[in-house]
Amino acid sequence: MTTSITVAVIDYGMGNLHSVAKALEHANSFAKVQVTSDKQLIANADRVLLPGVGSMRDCMGEMQRLDLIDTIKHAAANKPFMGICIGMQALMTHSTENDGVNCLDIIQGEVERFADDLHDPLTSNADNRLKIPHMGWNQVNQQIKHPLWKNIPQNQRFYFVHSYFVVPQTPEPIAGSTQYGHPVCVALAQENIFATQFHPEKSSDSGLQLFSNFIDWDGTYSS
Amino acid sequence: MALAKRIIPCLDVDKGRVVKGVQFVDIRDAGDPVEVARRYNSEGADEITFLDITATHEGRDTIVHVVEQVAGEIFIPLTVGGGIRTVDDVRMMLNAGADKVAINSAAVANPDFVREAAEKFGNQCIVVAIDAKQVESNTKEPRWEIFTHGGRKPTGIDAIEWSKKMVSYGAGELLVTSMDNDGVKNGFDLPLTRTISDNVAVPVIASGGVGNLDHLVDGVNEGHADAVLAASIFHFAEYSIGEAKRHMAEKNIEVRL
Repeated sequence: MTTSITVAVIDYGMGNLHSVAKALEHANSFAKVQVTSDKQLIANADRVLLPGVGSMRDCMGEMQRLDLIDTIKHAAANKPFMGICIGMQALMTHSTENDGVNCLDIIQGEVERFADDLHDPLTSNADNRLKIPHMGWNQVNQQIKHPLWKNIPQNQRFYFVHSYFVVPQTPEPIAGSTQYGHPVCVALAQENIFATQFHPEKSSDSGLQLFSNFIDWDGTYSS
Repeated sequence: MALAKRIIPCLDVDKGRVVKGVQFVDIRDAGDPVEVARRYNSEGADEITFLDITATHEGRDTIVHVVEQVAGEIFIPLTVGGGIRTVDDVRMMLNAGADKVAINSAAVANPDFVREAAEKFGNQCIVVAIDAKQVESNTKEPRWEIFTHGGRKPTGIDAIEWSKKMVSYGAGELLVTSMDNDGVKNGFDLPLTRTISDNVAVPVIASGGVGNLDHLVDGVNEGHADAVLAASIFHFAEYSIGEAKRHMAEKNIEVRL
């Protein structure tokens, strides 16, 4: 018998979460998705997802205003937990955005901005300047075997839109990388946490597969 | 391994129906934007843009329902343009499930609206549409100006300066349409697209004038566009999006296949 799995999508006022919720429901019709800022609902959920668009100062500010920091940290320590985009960056120690913002410090490392004079070293074209934000479909190289990569081909394309990227202190949590002027860490795995810089909810079938894998995941992973 | 150049089909929507005539053979209702979007998604479109050309205010609610429906079942980025004039318009489209809005004449009428919208919702969801026409130039270099009202009304604003200004105001992307070439099917205005793309840090979408697949290739290689937008060549099923991508891949352009 299949029992339904509850997924709490944390609503902290950072962007529209409609597509994240719809994509989760689409990925697994047994998933019961709640878009919520209710601490009890988040604490009781089987899976917790931290999404988000916007700036880091607003992101951390809203989490504080809604008194969600401890709830998020507790979920990230105890159950299958996923961060997306700014929700991935917020897991790090510190971001250089908005003149410097302290983040949740769940995964050690920094969040930095792409350099203004970013160039593609892999092409000899005179016109190899790269635009910022990094916007569109780029390939993700899976650096580790992980339950969330199940049934997703190596170097599959996912949809990105970001100007900042994570730099973990040690290479251990790097689960996936892409190339944009230089190698960029775009997926993190640490115990029961998985996080992506790209947007699974905008990455068509590959994104839905990743969400399906997240809902199926029991949170175990050892590097 | 590199970022793919995007192919973006554009649907002109009037009172909730796709116009300009869509002739897919195996679609039940050719004018239903949800069905057309479904088709483009299954063909591998990288994003979809809806341009609401509904003239009346009352008819405009329908585009919201279209976006809601499409966003509920198609999981690629969606852009909505046409008649976005206030922060409330932006919020309504984003809440309906759009990822980006394209701001057109409202940016010309009130540039601060772009700044306000970008500050409120983030640069990533603000696309500024640049509608330009070539005008007389005093130098050897070509010159373009911003036109409004479907290309009928000159503004005297230099298109390159305007593009830079819109990026400094917070535009996360520019949608560059040549009003000389739109609908003519002779290809993009490549010098216009290239000059803007080389002068701004944000991605540029080339638009207006696509008549065949080589025009898409030229838009990227000659126009330095990060994405190419087309309407009629896909609507009339002259080419599928898959064919367009394979053609670009043959010309060594990085695409998502």
